[in-house]
Amino acid sequence: MNLDSKIPEGPLAQKWTSHKFNMKLVNPANRRKYNVIVVGSGLAGGAAAASLAEQGYNVSCFCYQDSPRRAHSIAAQGGINASKNYQNDGDSVHRLFYDTVKGGDYRAREANVYRLAEVSSDIIDQCVANGVPFAREYGGYLANRSFGGAQVSRTFYARGQTGQQLLLGAYSALSKQIGLGKVKMYNRHEMLDVVKVDGHAKGVIVRNMVTGEISRHAGDAVVLATGGYGNVFFLSTNAQGCNVTAAHRAYRRGAGMANPCYTQIHPTCIPVHGDQQSKLTLMSESLRNDGRVWAPKDKETAKKIREGKLDPNAVPDEERDYYLERKYPSFGNLAPRDISSRAAKEACDDGRGVATTGLGVFLDFRDAIKRDGQKAIEERYGNLFEMYQCITGDNPYETPMMIFPAVHYTMGGLWVDYNLQSTIPGMFVGGEANFSDHGANRLGASALMQGLADGYFVLPYTVGNYLGEQGVAAAGKVTTDHPAFAEVEADVKSRIDKLMSIGGTESPRSFHKRLGNIMWEKCGMSRTKESLTEAIEEIQALRKEFWSNLKVVGDADSLNPELERAGRVADFMEFGEILCRDALMREESCGGHFRAEHQTDDGEAKRDDDNFAFVGVWEYKGDDVAPALHKEPLVYENIKLATRSYK
Amino acid sequence: MNLTIRVWRQKNRLDVGKFAEYKLADISEDSSFLEMLDILSEQLVADGHEPVAFDHDCREGICGMCSMTINGIPHGPESGTTACQLHMRHFHDGQTITIEPWRAKPFPVIKDLVVDRTPLDKIIQAGGFITARAGSAVDANAMPIAKGIADYAMDAAACIGCGACVAACPNASAMLFTGAKVAHMNSLPQGKAEKDRRTLAMVSTMDGEGFGGCTNIGECEAACPKSISLDMIAQLNRDYATAQFKNFFKPVA
Repeated sequence: MNLDSKIPEGPLAQKWTSHKFNMKLVNPANRRKYNVIVVGSGLAGGAAAASLAEQGYNVSCFCYQDSPRRAHSIAAQGGINASKNYQNDGDSVHRLFYDTVKGGDYRAREANVYRLAEVSSDIIDQCVANGVPFAREYGGYLANRSFGGAQVSRTFYARGQTGQQLLLGAYSALSKQIGLGKVKMYNRHEMLDVVKVDGHAKGVIVRNMVTGEISRHAGDAVVLATGGYGNVFFLSTNAQGCNVTAAHRAYRRGAGMANPCYTQIHPTCIPVHGDQQSKLTLMSESLRNDGRVWAPKDKETAKKIREGKLDPNAVPDEERDYYLERKYPSFGNLAPRDISSRAAKEACDDGRGVATTGLGVFLDFRDAIKRDGQKAIEERYGNLFEMYQCITGDNPYETPMMIFPAVHYTMGGLWVDYNLQSTIPGMFVGGEANFSDHGANRLGASALMQGLADGYFVLPYTVGNYLGEQGVAAAGKVTTDHPAFAEVEADVKSRIDKLMSIGGTESPRSFHKRLGNIMWEKCGMSRTKESLTEAIEEIQALRKEFWSNLKVVGDADSLNPELERAGRVADFMEFGEILCRDALMREESCGGHFRAEHQTDDGEAKRDDDNFAFVGVWEYKGDDVAPALHKEPLVYENIKLATRSYK
Repeated sequence: MNLTIRVWRQKNRLDVGKFAEYKLADISEDSSFLEMLDILSEQLVADGHEPVAFDHDCREGICGMCSMTINGIPHGPESGTTACQLHMRHFHDGQTITIEPWRAKPFPVIKDLVVDRTPLDKIIQAGGFITARAGSAVDANAMPIAKGIADYAMDAAACIGCGACVAACPNASAMLFTGAKVAHMNSLPQGKAEKDRRTLAMVSTMDGEGFGGCTNIGECEAACPKSISLDMIAQLNRDYATAQFKNFFKPVA
């Protein structure tokens, strides 16, 4: 497997500029001869499809939802980072770069992260031009706030709906191109496989989720922007439809899967209420700007709160453990997500958790309300407070919110080089679906940044470069008549037939729940060699059971949510094992990956840079054969690797 | 709690459709409405029946995918709430709950509770955007926007495009949806350049897709999970009148 990262020569700050200059261009009149396939219509996919179409390429865009406006990027609430330094508090491209590399526990590729920081300010300009109603100060200038893992205020936001507004910006740019006929949009279509011709990605096989029709689509390049795989854990903050199928199918066709064990556990979710639960809801991290996180100092007090015998407001300050402020005085409640999550787990493991399940800690706004008044807090977080009340039935203005960590974002994904091209030439991967920018942990407000950076400012250049390299004679050459399409289509159909014909007794959802349980218990917030070895065995056994006892009702040629789920769960079953293998291989703790064997005396993650400063990339070797591990060494030329400290 | 669920079953666009009745036991009051439907699905699957098809995705009240009329009200009885954010604590033990798809001619039923809302996308594709080329925008602070205007634009932009307004309206009017988008973009300085063109194109597409007119009934505002105000329709009417007037003398489109 060729893992040439293609990092351009030259000083860090010049790399992207000189790379852009050295890229092949496609003359505007020739662009219309090329077809580009974009799978996914979130921030990365929607922005890429809109930008490529605007440049003149013919784009086909696919999404499983009923409209591109529903992509899960919409749910990111808190904000988007940019190194504008509007607040005059010392921000710069280099500082955002530095914070991101450090926040990712030194497991991201320097050059990619620098470019992300560099284009971040263009993103804000672009979004404002598109009409995104960011929060403003009275003078009419953009407002900012700070976010976890940062000591400057560089986060731009649109109430608690930043993701929604940014997505709607990309969606409206995309809609314009759909209206002009430059993008052909396929709603309610799911990509089920990639087609390769002479080693290059030349098309996809998709299923129309309404009619069940399987169709072939050829293109000169394929862009996957299909989001993350957090739903492998069953309960997560992801939308119900988020799945790994597109990425996993690409992996099976030869794309390397990088760092799958890097799964972010977000510290501020609403705690689980019971076994009927289908998903977890995130409370925006921005709440930690004003909310103070605490657990009772004393187990007895916690027990009384859990049983409803004690009002948490009645617990005096000296009996509260504001553990983030205590342990990480310089970052306090804004400590990064992995660190805050583990600290919450620690308090709960210690028997000091609240919520009926004992799996919860408080996020208390009492002091902020006292200091700034309820009205100011309402202005800042009103909709989040309403959402909390709606879900839990508690009024967070009066009683402290309860939060607990939950699976959120996945930093791993398909391996890509500096051009965001996977190990399959012609197949590009953007946004959460690739592995490139966040290392082992993602800082707050940087997912939106990466999605839009990839979509608006990177892919439109690098895809054009690839097409230019292929030459105009190759444009549109491969059509769906090529035998490779028939072959892959037959695979897709036989897989669906197989799922439909097992005739067992257990539903896809039930298998998904069981898989999620294994993943969370044995490969969750904390992992050990033992638990991971068990997990791999259990997943293999569960997979056998799945293929012999699955029950899919309905038929394949109509809208069938059970069949959709079955296909996705089947892929999660294979992918979950790779995730555990990756976690088992990585004998160190870093970011979202915490191996209990590797911790410092005071319980912090212990990295091993001598042996693990690499990207772990897995190559498919066949069913029931262990995948092969390849390593891309991470070379830091501009940053000194240091122990990550937020104290 | 124990419940009786009366739910609309319709195989496809051409099928006539009818209500079916199911019994559910032991639903937790902390469950969301959609989790209750998940449990119903599992029960139906266990009995070898097809589950009730319904649209849903983020389950956080923001993607706008969930769409069902609960006891006669789009998204159910709680105001300012999507179906996915409606919790069972708002119902009581022994209650019968009736669930139907969005009812509107421009939204044909695909299956059970799933309807086709692409006409809303078409309204956006006609002009619900600000033309701005990627990569060439001026600095975002080069154009200060008064906080009041930015806030108003945000109020309008909060629309999640779920279509409850259409489902609630006896005329199946999409004026609140279109009005929200028009108000968002027309009120911002960067959206002014193509304001008239945008308004005319969106209204004409809205009419062409078969949505009815507004007769000031106000059901849309009452059903809107994001509490978008009727003011947006007033602004749409004003902007449309202005655009038509200007267009009469000198075509703007």
